[in-house]
Amino acid sequence: MTDASLVNTNDAPPAHPGITVNLGGVFTNEDSEPTTDRPAAAVNIDNPKIEVKGLDFYYGKFHALHDISMRIAEREVTAFIGPSGCGKSTLLRAFNRIYDLYPGQRASGEILLDGRNLLDRREDVNRLRARVGMVFQKPTPFPMSIYDNIAYGVRLYERLGKADMDQRVEWALRKAALWEEVKDILRQSGKDLSGGQQQRLCIARAIAVKPEVILLDEPASALDPISTLKIEELVAELKESYTIVIVTHNMQQAARVSDYTAFMYLGKLIEFNDTETLFTNPAVKQTEDYITGRFG
Amino acid sequence: MNVETSILSPDLPATTERRSLGDRLFGGLTWLSAVAVLLVLGAIIVMLYLGARPAFEKFGFWHFITTAQWNPVTVQFGALSPIVGTLASSVIAILIGLPVSFGIALFITEMAPPWFKRPVGTAIELLAAIPSIIYGMWGLFVFAPFFADHIQPLLTDTLGELPLIGALFQGPPLGISVFTAGIILAIMIIPFIASVMRDVFETVPAELRESAFGVGSTTWEVVWNVVLPLTKVGVTGGVLLGLGRALGETMAVTFVIGNAHELHWALFEPGNSIASTIANEFTEADGDVYTSALIALGLLLFIITFIVLALAKLMLLRMSRQAGRQS
Amino acid sequence: MNIYTRRKAINAFNLGASVLATVFGLFFLGWLLWVLFAQGLAHLNWDLFTLDMPGPGAESGGLRNAIVGSLGLTIVGVLIGAPLGVLAGTYLAEFGRYAWLSHPVRFINDVLLSAPSIVIGVFVYEVMVVPMGNFSGWSGGVALAIIVIPVVVRTTEDMMRLVPDTLREAAAALGAPQWRVVTNVVIKASLSGIMTGILLAVARIAGETAPLLFTALNNQFFTMDMNQPMGNLPVTIFNFAMGPYDNWHDLAWAGSLLITLTVLTLNILTRFFLRTKK
Repeated sequence: MTDASLVNTNDAPPAHPGITVNLGGVFTNEDSEPTTDRPAAAVNIDNPKIEVKGLDFYYGKFHALHDISMRIAEREVTAFIGPSGCGKSTLLRAFNRIYDLYPGQRASGEILLDGRNLLDRREDVNRLRARVGMVFQKPTPFPMSIYDNIAYGVRLYERLGKADMDQRVEWALRKAALWEEVKDILRQSGKDLSGGQQQRLCIARAIAVKPEVILLDEPASALDPISTLKIEELVAELKESYTIVIVTHNMQQAARVSDYTAFMYLGKLIEFNDTETLFTNPAVKQTEDYITGRFG
Repeated sequence: MNVETSILSPDLPATTERRSLGDRLFGGLTWLSAVAVLLVLGAIIVMLYLGARPAFEKFGFWHFITTAQWNPVTVQFGALSPIVGTLASSVIAILIGLPVSFGIALFITEMAPPWFKRPVGTAIELLAAIPSIIYGMWGLFVFAPFFADHIQPLLTDTLGELPLIGALFQGPPLGISVFTAGIILAIMIIPFIASVMRDVFETVPAELRESAFGVGSTTWEVVWNVVLPLTKVGVTGGVLLGLGRALGETMAVTFVIGNAHELHWALFEPGNSIASTIANEFTEADGDVYTSALIALGLLLFIITFIVLALAKLMLLRMSRQAGRQS
Repeated sequence: MNIYTRRKAINAFNLGASVLATVFGLFFLGWLLWVLFAQGLAHLNWDLFTLDMPGPGAESGGLRNAIVGSLGLTIVGVLIGAPLGVLAGTYLAEFGRYAWLSHPVRFINDVLLSAPSIVIGVFVYEVMVVPMGNFSGWSGGVALAIIVIPVVVRTTEDMMRLVPDTLREAAAALGAPQWRVVTNVVIKASLSGIMTGILLAVARIAGETAPLLFTALNNQFFTMDMNQPMGNLPVTIFNFAMGPYDNWHDLAWAGSLLITLTVLTLNILTRFFLRTKK
């Protein structure tokens, strides 16, 4: 990943007027100053895996996300960064409609997964979640054996014989770089593992159902630095097969790990660009302020 | 994209079925069970009413609850004696039980050293677990005689000589009386009230107590001036809970109250309570009116305890909301 | 006496009174248990478990039929009441968590929890004994079940709520429908707590007399027929205690000891489980 120098002590790059914004042609801004309402300077993402169009999100009466539009590139890592409360987790959780579990939380607008709006009430939300997997901040092993943890999601949708299931479990654990450590204790409870191992277990569990997208909600924030490193290495490998969206409050992690970064603030998308550009040459002053630590 | 895709390819049509069959079946089953709880209560009220109606129709509601005469032979029934007995024994139970429970709760929360807190708390809770009939046995064979021989004469000679309230402390030294029932009830409800009080005292935020101690208050002053006012809603709820239990207690009371349909001012005379009357006479009641009168008693008891318990629950709910806001 | 001394005196007095109150409470517990063990142990022997209840004036006898009957009634009560209670508790904690129905159900459940058990006995008499035409073990079991249900509902809901939401989300995020989230994950995680709740309910009905007074009644003879009046410990103790015979009183004490030991053991066990759970 790019080792961008984040502390920009040179002249602060001014916000560039006249940048062509090309988010699939949603709007073009030749002359107007980019404001904090619209993402300034963007990259061209053709055939996005996920396309967000005018997404608003509400917790009851609280308007948490304002008119978000963005594209998530297929089989790349996109990071959401921003200070606490900026809405990055809210946005992530819209991608698999996990917010549906709670009444009073609702979304309007569109989120297209391969061209189909997943916010549509007619879409089968359970099937959606098998295609868009999620790993949470705190490791959440189920109260069952390691083997059963991995097999759980698979059993929901596929009928595999024992040999096939064994194979799938091993495959998932290998992908999550956990196989060597647990191959002899598969029947033990998932809770017996260390924090970092539990988190990799959760990643393996998410991979086992062969999703297309993996959402990571601050996956390493509860872990020690060594485990964090392992998770970051994992993300780098996983992106070869999966589209990854990661929320992190750790900017350096975002810079290390992601290909694209979205900076959010107070529920709005401030800037979206490829990671190297965003961190070395942010187009919006607010982004630069956040990255250089002036706030947040 | 993985070469071997799972069955969840995006080419599958969206399904219009939003909730899976399993959700509807299982969720529906749990819903039914929850509704069953409501239905049970409804059924109890309905059946009691239907069973009590003949008695109410024959005697008239007000006449029934204000007459003391209870005569199976002439088929004249009045509920006053059991009602008075129930109330009297419960009031005695609260009068004795409340201060004791308060003292126990204070002890556990403020005074007990940490290693002692748990055993004492557990011991008190075990008191609550002992079934009513055990208290009855102990009351009948051990406590009542003891009380009759040692305590009652004392009370009769001292309090019984006072004007006005002296009339309360009279009666034959048998130990079988409304008063004894009240004492046994007090012992039975102390664990309930003490537990609720203790739980409620512990919701007071540490900072509040610490600031009170910080200005130099004694332990008692902290409890009386800070803890109690903050928790008075919860405390009231706990007391009402104890009252509800005392009103409905059957076996312990039946053993020691004497089963006499008589109204006395003297507390050391035998009497009866609603629960004890039903327990003693239900299986021998012959004739529809007799049975109906007993069921009517049951309905009255149910209504009284329902009101008391509903009040208690409301207060405890308010208390927990307050505590939630403060923390 | 200046203010300060006075305050200290009041403090000492009230704290002293609190200690006395605690001693008072513990004293009665001790007295009761002491008497129970003294009287009960004296008459605890094998006859208790091998002989049936003695009739009036009979010399020897035991409590065998009462013990067996109580076991049977308890089992019936739990078999009927526990599943209903667990399901209703599941509704309150999961499917109906945000539904308005959960509020009245919870409220009514707590009222039922403390309702006078004699009224429940009268209720079951009206709906089962009268139509059936006779007292029976079944009606006794149903009366006990009505007492079991609120206890199990309460503990099931409390235990399920202890399971963190992130676990539910993790299962849902894999695409599991809600009923699977509940059965595979939530119930599994809270199973020991739910079992403990059921044990608590058993402890509660082990000593209940009033609901059996006019449902199962009592039976001097040994029977396994649930359609007949069923011998049981609590009502036997009641009848024997009120009776005139000394050996009846002895048996009543022995039976009381048995009940108390069962109830206390169950309570201590559940307390132990709940503590390790939290």
